[in-house]
Amino acid sequence: MDKFKKVDGVAAPLPILNVDTDMIIPKQFLKTIKRTGLGKNLFDEMRFTKEGAEIPDFVLNKPQYRNAEILVAGDNFGCGSSREHAPWAIADFGIKVIISTSFADIFYNNCFKNGILPIKLSQSDVDKLMDDAERGANATVSVDLEAQEIKGPDGGTISFDIDPFRKHCLLEGLDDVGLTLQKEEKITSFEKTRASEQPWL
Amino acid sequence: MARTMYDKIWDAHMVDVQDDGTCLLYIDRHLVHEVTSPQAFEGLRMSGRKVRAPEKTLAVADHNVPTEGRANGIADEESRIQVETLEKNAKDFGVEYLEMLDIRQGVVHIVGPEQGFTLPGTTIVCGDSHTSTHGAFGALAHGIGTSEVEHVLATQTLIQSKAKNMKIEVTGALPDHVTAKDIILAVIGEIGTAGGTGYVMEYTGEAIQALSMEGRMTVCNMSIEGGARAGLIAPDEKTFEYLKGRPRSPQGADWDAAVAYWKTLPTDEGAHFDKVVTLDASNLPPTLTWGTSPENVVSIEGSVPDPSKIEDAAKRTAVERSLAYMGLEANTKMTDIKIDRAFIGSCTNGRIEDIREVARVAKGKKVASTVSAMVVPGSGLVKEQAEQEGLDKILIEAGFDWREPGCSMCLAMNADKLAEGERCASTSNRNFEGRQGRGGRTHLVSPEMAAAAAIAGHFVDVRKV
Ligand code: SF4
Repeated sequence: MDKFKKVDGVAAPLPILNVDTDMIIPKQFLKTIKRTGLGKNLFDEMRFTKEGAEIPDFVLNKPQYRNAEILVAGDNFGCGSSREHAPWAIADFGIKVIISTSFADIFYNNCFKNGILPIKLSQSDVDKLMDDAERGANATVSVDLEAQEIKGPDGGTISFDIDPFRKHCLLEGLDDVGLTLQKEEKITSFEKTRASEQPWL
Repeated sequence: MARTMYDKIWDAHMVDVQDDGTCLLYIDRHLVHEVTSPQAFEGLRMSGRKVRAPEKTLAVADHNVPTEGRANGIADEESRIQVETLEKNAKDFGVEYLEMLDIRQGVVHIVGPEQGFTLPGTTIVCGDSHTSTHGAFGALAHGIGTSEVEHVLATQTLIQSKAKNMKIEVTGALPDHVTAKDIILAVIGEIGTAGGTGYVMEYTGEAIQALSMEGRMTVCNMSIEGGARAGLIAPDEKTFEYLKGRPRSPQGADWDAAVAYWKTLPTDEGAHFDKVVTLDASNLPPTLTWGTSPENVVSIEGSVPDPSKIEDAAKRTAVERSLAYMGLEANTKMTDIKIDRAFIGSCTNGRIEDIREVARVAKGKKVASTVSAMVVPGSGLVKEQAEQEGLDKILIEAGFDWREPGCSMCLAMNADKLAEGERCASTSNRNFEGRQGRGGRTHLVSPEMAAAAAIAGHFVDVRKV
């Protein structure tokens, strides 16, 4: 995984509650056996008509937001299925940061595995950033993971919380499996004890 | 110190705790299906890694499989490739694979319990959010993403931080024709789809204890719709009865030792819950959804909500958006809503008990001429059992389509889907926009309610039919 760098980019507003994974990437795109190339289908049924034409009103189709790197969204973002295709599509589109008041658990986890930073903020902070994002291409927001700070176009600063281990892995682009395999001895000894205590497993 | 069942299972699976509190949790059981696993196996291949414990892993294809004419294979090329890829991966990595024509094949969350792969006190994961189903056995079970599937395949562990404890106490006895599905819809209506975020929910109380294992699975299945990481129900005699003699259940002396251990799992008296929600089952009506989120629930005696009466602007907009998508007018009585399709199946309600209920409602009646209704058993074994009981005949006689097992129109990845604008009474778990087909309109209901609606052509109060 690439290291997560500071993001200075356009923030797109998506003021919808409960954006679910079926909206983010509908099931017809889950038939792939690859991780790549899903960005063109991100929010497919909201972005395109059945015939495949762009729906001009949808935020990511508007000229000023086509290159958005930050998404500001309503509460409970990413609810629904465990499909990692959702963060794959988001990352492939070029979005690196998602800001909301809350995220569904599995989606939140999945983001970190794909170099995406999900940021939980209070309602008033999200409202403020939503306002900023409504300003279109002029609304560049800067997100500094190292400092745990977001700077809006007016220069105001919002700080955010993040689990230190997740922060470390994102910043360093670490591979979880590799890290865990360093604990091989602990896993093996756990398995031995378990096999003697609960032989039916 | 008094511990909850979640605390106990968690403690028993701790391999390591880092200084920052991040934990490494051991995983006893890993279910794998075709949609969320190809990239994980590919990852293993690329890094030259093996599956650490193939015997703790079970693979089955369910999302893409056709529900009719499957002896001819899968017509859709992408679906076929995905299923073949799973078969190949299972073979290459030494994992047991239940192939499409195997009688044991079915929706992964129905297969696990049927095979005795799901056991109390274990940790179970699958690249699928409805893994929460297995919590009905007192197993800590939850969905994971594909990167985590790869992590579990390679290490048999998961990096986790502990969730909080929530207790959902369902008191009283359910009235006739009100079911486990109505309980869980009511719970989600109460707490909202984000209400359980950050929690593991344990369901307790008289109404939960009275449920069959099938009903308990229905409840735990939809914990994820309430945002919870997992749902749990304490194992009891019913649980042991269900598991005894299953192919992968412990046998002989192991069985006795296992039962003795399982009896230590229930939450201790006085254990701390961070949040408690109480629901009285005794006056619960049949419940269904009107909108595009599982929290949009209403009693069958109720009506479609009126957005003009909602003060919060964001909520009002969400309701307006839902109603526009669903093609519904505010204040319409639920019993006046006509349906085009009925879908009975899925890991929520595709078990034998569900099919029995549908057959009971359908017996001697006919599906309305304006409705097309299908019943998709959750597994080959459910199908076989139903056929032995003659339920298929009753259903076919009444005009229901009787299909082969799979996920089917729960998410419409195979050929079974709603056309644009079609309205469906569905026993599945998600009513999101486009879930059952682009432009399709889903109302979540219990199996009895789906059957009654299919016959009447519109929603009806199943207590009155
Ligand atoms: S039946 Fe539906 S919810 Fe269950 S695993 Fe299949 S697609 Fe998912």
